[in-house]
Amino acid sequence: MVSDQKPLGSWSVKQGQIITCPAVCNFQTREYIVVHDNKVLRIWNNEDVNLDKVFKATLSAEVYRILSVQGTEPLVLFKEGAVRGLEALLADPQQKIETVISDEEVIKWTKFFIVFRHPVLIFITEKHGNYFAYVQMFNSRILTKYTLLLGQDENSVIESFTASVDRKFISLMSLSSDGCIYETLIPIRPTDPEKNQTLVRSLLLKAVVSGNTRNGVALTALDQDHIAVLGSPQAASKECLSVWNIKFQTLQTSKELPQGTSGQLWYYGENLFMLHGKSLTVIPYKCEVSSLAGALGKLKHGQDPGTHVMPRFVNWETPQGCGLGFQNSEQSRRILRRRKIEVSLQPEVPPSKQLLSTIMEDSEKHIEVEVRKFLALKQTPDFHTVIGDTVTGLLERCKAEPSFYPRNCLMQLIQTHVLSYSLCPDLMEIALIKKDVQLLQLCLQQFPDIPESVTCACLKIFLSIGDDSLQETDVSMESVFDYSNSVHDEKMEEQTEILQNGFSPEEDKCSNCDQELNKKPQDETKESTSCPVVPKRAALLNAILHSAYSETFLLPHLKDIPAQHITLFLKYLYFLYLKCSENATMTLPGIHPPTLNQIMDWICLLLDANFTVVVMMPEAKRLLINLYKLVKSQISVYSELNKIEVSFRELQKLNQEKNNRGLYSIEVLELF
Amino acid sequence: MGEFKVHRVRFFNYVPSGIRCVAYNNQSNRLAVSRTDGTVEVYNLSANYFQEKFFPGHESRATEALCWAEGQRLFSAGLNGEIMEYDLQALNIKYAVDVFGGPIWSMAVSPSGSQLLVGCEDGSVKLFQITPDKIQFERNFDRQKRSAIHKMIVDRQHMGVSKRKCIVWGVAFLSDGTVISVDSAGKVQFWDSATGTLVKSHLIANADVQSIAVAEQEDSFVVGTAEGTVFHFQLVPVTSNSSEKQWVRTKPFQHHTHDVRTVAHSPTALISGGTDTHLVIRPLMEKVEVKNYDAALRKITFPHRRLISCSKKRQLLLFQFAHHLELWRLGSTVATGKNGDTLPLSKNADHLLHLKTKGPENIICSCISLCGSWIAYSTVSRFFLYRLNYEHDNISLKRVSKMPPFLRCALQILFSEDSTKLFVASNQGALHIVQLSGGSFKHLHAFQPQSGTVEAMCLLAVSSDGNWLAASGTSAGVHVYNVKQLKLHCTVPAYNFPVTAMAIAPNTNNLVIAHSDQQVFEYSIPDKQYTDWSRTVQKQGFHHLWLQRDTPITHISFHPKRPMHILLHDAYMFCIIDKSLPLPNDKTLLYNPFPPTNESDVVRRRTAHAFKISKIYKPLLFMDLLDERTLVAVERPLDDIIAQLPPPIKKKKFGT
Repeated sequence: MVSDQKPLGSWSVKQGQIITCPAVCNFQTREYIVVHDNKVLRIWNNEDVNLDKVFKATLSAEVYRILSVQGTEPLVLFKEGAVRGLEALLADPQQKIETVISDEEVIKWTKFFIVFRHPVLIFITEKHGNYFAYVQMFNSRILTKYTLLLGQDENSVIESFTASVDRKFISLMSLSSDGCIYETLIPIRPTDPEKNQTLVRSLLLKAVVSGNTRNGVALTALDQDHIAVLGSPQAASKECLSVWNIKFQTLQTSKELPQGTSGQLWYYGENLFMLHGKSLTVIPYKCEVSSLAGALGKLKHGQDPGTHVMPRFVNWETPQGCGLGFQNSEQSRRILRRRKIEVSLQPEVPPSKQLLSTIMEDSEKHIEVEVRKFLALKQTPDFHTVIGDTVTGLLERCKAEPSFYPRNCLMQLIQTHVLSYSLCPDLMEIALIKKDVQLLQLCLQQFPDIPESVTCACLKIFLSIGDDSLQETDVSMESVFDYSNSVHDEKMEEQTEILQNGFSPEEDKCSNCDQELNKKPQDETKESTSCPVVPKRAALLNAILHSAYSETFLLPHLKDIPAQHITLFLKYLYFLYLKCSENATMTLPGIHPPTLNQIMDWICLLLDANFTVVVMMPEAKRLLINLYKLVKSQISVYSELNKIEVSFRELQKLNQEKNNRGLYSIEVLELF
Repeated sequence: MGEFKVHRVRFFNYVPSGIRCVAYNNQSNRLAVSRTDGTVEVYNLSANYFQEKFFPGHESRATEALCWAEGQRLFSAGLNGEIMEYDLQALNIKYAVDVFGGPIWSMAVSPSGSQLLVGCEDGSVKLFQITPDKIQFERNFDRQKRSAIHKMIVDRQHMGVSKRKCIVWGVAFLSDGTVISVDSAGKVQFWDSATGTLVKSHLIANADVQSIAVAEQEDSFVVGTAEGTVFHFQLVPVTSNSSEKQWVRTKPFQHHTHDVRTVAHSPTALISGGTDTHLVIRPLMEKVEVKNYDAALRKITFPHRRLISCSKKRQLLLFQFAHHLELWRLGSTVATGKNGDTLPLSKNADHLLHLKTKGPENIICSCISLCGSWIAYSTVSRFFLYRLNYEHDNISLKRVSKMPPFLRCALQILFSEDSTKLFVASNQGALHIVQLSGGSFKHLHAFQPQSGTVEAMCLLAVSSDGNWLAASGTSAGVHVYNVKQLKLHCTVPAYNFPVTAMAIAPNTNNLVIAHSDQQVFEYSIPDKQYTDWSRTVQKQGFHHLWLQRDTPITHISFHPKRPMHILLHDAYMFCIIDKSLPLPNDKTLLYNPFPPTNESDVVRRRTAHAFKISKIYKPLLFMDLLDERTLVAVERPLDDIIAQLPPPIKKKKFGT
């Protein structure tokens, strides 16, 4: 309340004169401007006492509003829609003012912005229940007219407007008599200023105020995520100031105003100003950066009979929200908005609803067609939620009807990149039951959050599934390079390996096992350098190698894998290691091959988990000897690297000493 | 603004001592830190982590344990076999009690805070009762005389290699009966004290785990390792909503390069210190309510007081070390240059004098007079005053003998600008004025502290006309004395934060005071009130970046020809405040290192503000004006300090 504050200045017009336009401050000259009797302009400053004696200019047309923002000269908006800069107007007060808007069209609301240092004026007019928006650009002196389409609710009356501006759009928010807030995006740069363009509005917040209050409804945008609304939330309740988070659709805070308000609300410098009873109330309000945690909790569900069941999946990229701060999501939202402006609003049954109902009863084939149709549309705002709901629906039906398994659909849905394990844990469970390795591979590639137990279950299937059943599947072979082609001269190969590791195995080979290895027949050597698994299995195992895991959680599950499968996997890993050491960069060929670190980590993991079992198996003996050698060679590599590092550090130290500027110098410093 | 020749000095070979113990006091939010040279420092965590008190070290007094007891009383114990209590008001050691058990390795306070337990070299544990003004021996627990209830044997195995010996470096006993031990094999182990069994073991390091501290709520603790890593452990529910909890290693921090010898756990932060001499305060983000600048990591390396004084007339610098003083003469150049140039030296800097103290005590403070002919310093028990004579390149030093008995321990020494008077702040709260003439001195007056207080004065400032003396204590008050009339002139209104630096401007006799919250006040001594400029500053507020600096202003000086300028610096910046220019608001750029190029004059005028900042010299330990156009800056690069520390444990980069 500002009742106990002392006013800094107070001026009044003579009796009989009526102030017809709110006084504004000209920030450039620190003067005040007011209009009385529609046409008489008064300009004064703090020193002036009597309003009657200050500068006066009588204009030739009636003024609607004077608009002033910091950093530019004030504008005068006439009732007929014409706009003049104050300076130009004062130079010739009696100049002719043209008529811009048609007869019976009345200006309802106006706002003045600075966009890219250029003033932009927007005003809304109404004629017979139709609303029009005019955007006046002052750098190009273009006036663009738009017709506002009210959408489904044609006969609602707009009670209050507010607008905010970003780089490309003016976001015009309107509070309708049905109590909902709608948003209309008006492009700042018109595409075709000549044509009369139409704008559609989209629902932003539902039932914010009761529809049938007649007085004291107002809204104002606080920042891009928050709006303040003045009005009674329910028909009978007292009037209220509420701050809504439009990003999360939640009520941030609210305050009752029992003495009633007049439907006027301003936000200036982190303070909300409103009339409450007979006094001016100032409420400091600072918008915190909207976070979900901060937004939760104030809105009670069920308060609004119109809301339907909350969707299970929250879509962070829908237009009500304002992007999560990612550049690309923001961009996509803009595209979305633009589409929405262009597409005329004739909503049929939304495709998503149709899809969901299809899932529940139709045949697999039909569902597939519908899903494909929906995915082709792709850019619907609730894309994420629909995908989530679809998968859940499909999986529920899978569980209920064992014969139902819409494999192709699921594959397509996974490939949308919007699913994760935690969104639909049943998906991998069902795939594991069906032994659908292709789907499992896809999941391993796409989902970032697969638990170690599931990874391990996948591994078990990948290792145990028969080669013949693998032949029928269509797994992605991206990560597998055709190793069979690369088997060239063996001697050559071995030699490169030695060279790359920077040490000669002759020096520190365990003589015993080495002899044994040398003794081995030629074909056995071949065996170790040809891939121990078929390419399709290799592709599946590579998917496992790429998956994320935590050692502690993975180890216990690895113990459950049968010993012969462990040896097979180890053989494969050993084979990959040999392939890795073939080239200088220690990488495998192919598009997305496993890295050396992944291979080494998995060898260690498998041995840690199953060493006691593997060591007892006679057929694994040579493999273990090979692995022993491998580890030894790795240790040597690392010790060499450590040696090199020390040498480099010494060099660095020498270099630093050179750069050291000595202990004493006299320098020149200039402070600006 | 002005062009200066800057003597950039990097030969101050100062190496802070390693941190041995830290102890946190929740009641006062203060942190006591002891260093390997026996110095004990007290930091006020509420006052922007300002080091508000310190007790000078002693060669024979290696502190091994430090703790707060009975509320806010501070005790330490060390290898000399004594328990000491510190007087936090008078800033001296209240008493030392020999426990007769050989060197003391550890000390703990009972949960009630009324008893102290010390562990001695001879294997005994001794219990002391804390009485209101001393401690009293109560009982002795001899080594293994009473049969131990449980013996927990720590596994010596470490990564399959048996170490020669496994030393348990620290234990913590929680109220639920859990014992946590940290040992030299790199393990943190949890034991059940009822059964004496090992519950859980975490191998966290390849080297020793040297320290442990548990939070008051016992839901979190911190350990420090010899690899410089600090690990945070937290008691968290096994699954969400379950009441069963387990200890989980949650966060590792690597803010140290060397051994973390000691850790502490405040309600909102992990505090660690060690051989690399940094005190690191790492706030726990989940415990910090307001995510403001206080939530940032603090690394405190340098003392928050001056170790350097300067004789402007002779261009001399006096460096204070723990056990000696060094006197250097700055070089000179005849060349000129433009901004950023390094000028060729016509004469290099000279090391004139190396003055070693006698005895084991550390130097508390030192000062050289402006004319360069007097040097004074003080230890805890002795005050030294020297007269210097310069004959061409030769310098002779003569000690002024027969110091009066009251001049024994000075906390701060200051010469008047004309070098005729010496001001000494003693630890009893008295301020002594001594007249110097020729080679002799005469005690003129002592300002006694107000009756009932024994608060020691730590900072002094004298006006250039010698009429006014300002003194500030450890708590916030600043007293101004009239030296001519020898009486208290006024007291500057108390402020919540301690004073970090102050100085009296020539001509105007305005007292400029910097506080630990980075506020700067200007108080007119003749008018006994804040100046208009100071009021304007307070009304408008400082720039938010100014208030966010994390080292205190340690020195203030003035330009002899430009009365509107105030020069001040902290460890990372040097600033000239031009009182004639408008103050910056939060929207203006506070620090602009670039010269105005061909921008229009209007823009330049609009962006010009009172704070001219240079961040070229850092860490900056001292900066002052030698004359109108010459500055001296003493830097101590961190790399130079690290180079003098023992090498850290080498960690392998590859094959880990």
